Amino acid sequence: MSDLSQLPLEELLEQIQDNLYGGQPEPVVAGVHELLRRGLTPYDALTKGLIAGMDVVGEDFRTGKLFVPQVLMAAKAMKAGMEVLRPLLAETGAPRIGTLVIGTVKGDIHDIGKNLVGMMMEGAGFQVVNLGINTDVEKFLHAVREHAADILGMSALLTTTMPYMRVVIQALKESGLREKLIVLVGGAPLNADFAKQIGADAYCRDAAKAVETAKRLMAEKMGGALV
Amino acid sequence: MGTMLFEAGLTSGDSPERWNVERPDVIRGVHRAYQAAGSRILLTNTFGGNRFRLALHGLETRVPELNEAAARLAAEVAHAPGGNAVVAGDIGPSGGILAPLGDLERHDAVKGFAEQAAALHAGGVDVFWIETMSALEEVEAALEGVRQVAPGMPVVITLSFDTHGHTMMGVSPEQAAKELTALGAAAVGGNCGLGPAELLPAMVAMHATVPDAVLVAKPNAGLPVLEDGRAVYRGSPEEMADYARRLTAAGVRIIGACCGSAPAHLRAMAEALGVTA
Repeated sequence: MSDLSQLPLEELLEQIQDNLYGGQPEPVVAGVHELLRRGLTPYDALTKGLIAGMDVVGEDFRTGKLFVPQVLMAAKAMKAGMEVLRPLLAETGAPRIGTLVIGTVKGDIHDIGKNLVGMMMEGAGFQVVNLGINTDVEKFLHAVREHAADILGMSALLTTTMPYMRVVIQALKESGLREKLIVLVGGAPLNADFAKQIGADAYCRDAAKAVETAKRLMAEKMGGALV
Repeated sequence: MGTMLFEAGLTSGDSPERWNVERPDVIRGVHRAYQAAGSRILLTNTFGGNRFRLALHGLETRVPELNEAAARLAAEVAHAPGGNAVVAGDIGPSGGILAPLGDLERHDAVKGFAEQAAALHAGGVDVFWIETMSALEEVEAALEGVRQVAPGMPVVITLSFDTHGHTMMGVSPEQAAKELTALGAAAVGGNCGLGPAELLPAMVAMHATVPDAVLVAKPNAGLPVLEDGRAVYRGSPEEMADYARRLTAAGVRIIGACCGSAPAHLRAMAEALGVTA
């Protein structure tokens, strides 16, 4: 590895992004440390280094240039960089990007797509609480309250389990949690019409779309002041 | 099979494999209907019959029982007097991703697939049918599992090309054709994924890559569309029959149908290919 301290900032950022793209955790961590050494705020290191890099990964995943294995590797590298930044972000009072609670609904056991969304959302700087598969209403509601979630993501791969999303949204309404929450749904058999019918805020076709939608709706929610 | 079981009252979240012991009459009936429609290969009702998938229903200790029962049910139909089909022991994905990328250790995967294969073998399958796979690493683990317990048995391997013409894990039809034949599969191809229109170009690519390989195509009955919150496959028997001809013309030798298909589809396909039931 070249001496990072000699690199112009632009090149250093580019190198971090390349290393994220290539799924190389150690160089990403080294790059993040170098950004901090140069006096960048943890928030800038996050947005200009890691998030910018993951944006490229998301875009190339969306267009079929990258596939699940490369995205998982990139997400692991992102996570390593994020571990350096997370405590500092809290200390420095950096703007909060948002918290996502995500799970596959009751009766459904598919989790690869949902995990991918979780990782890409972490890649975009969100705090992610992954409830796993076969998640019932009580578990969703409890997690939304406990983590003061901004976004709830629900996944279903089966046509027979999709209707459960409506049950969760209904329960959120009854508990007074729905209004402040952004509800995103996804899974192979769903579409935008279905999302609308059940009262979700949006249907997200894939993980990249989920990140894009989450950012847009969070910005609207916070009054347009975000990434 | 799954589509037929949902028609017969299987509900969401239930394990279809449980019906191999609880509703054997239904499973046998589905096999009979497909054989009568002209099917020459009957797949056992064991797509989710490995311990990783059965664990999600709390059934992981019943792998031997459920798989052996499934094989026997298909064999009772195919090997009965007048029966004229072979029994393929269906092995689907674990649902996990192999280490180091994911959490499933390779030796655990091999062990799990071997356990399923042993039970299918004991139940009397004629061939193993590893399908809907996305990752070559998992295919290799499944194949190793099968070979541990049934060396010398023919194995068919098909992948699901559902993501930009590749599998979810990024395997292209060309790469699949090369690597799966190199593994010694008796036949290779594509299944599930999207509809027949999307599978056709993948089969053309596989044929161009390995012209001598026996190719298998088993598409869904069209793409699912939502109707009142239910997914419906609108691919008609006629459409599937048309694709059966086109796939054959593209060099495919074994043709079947996956999600959304019923005996009516298979009958139309068999007729289109000149198979008499």
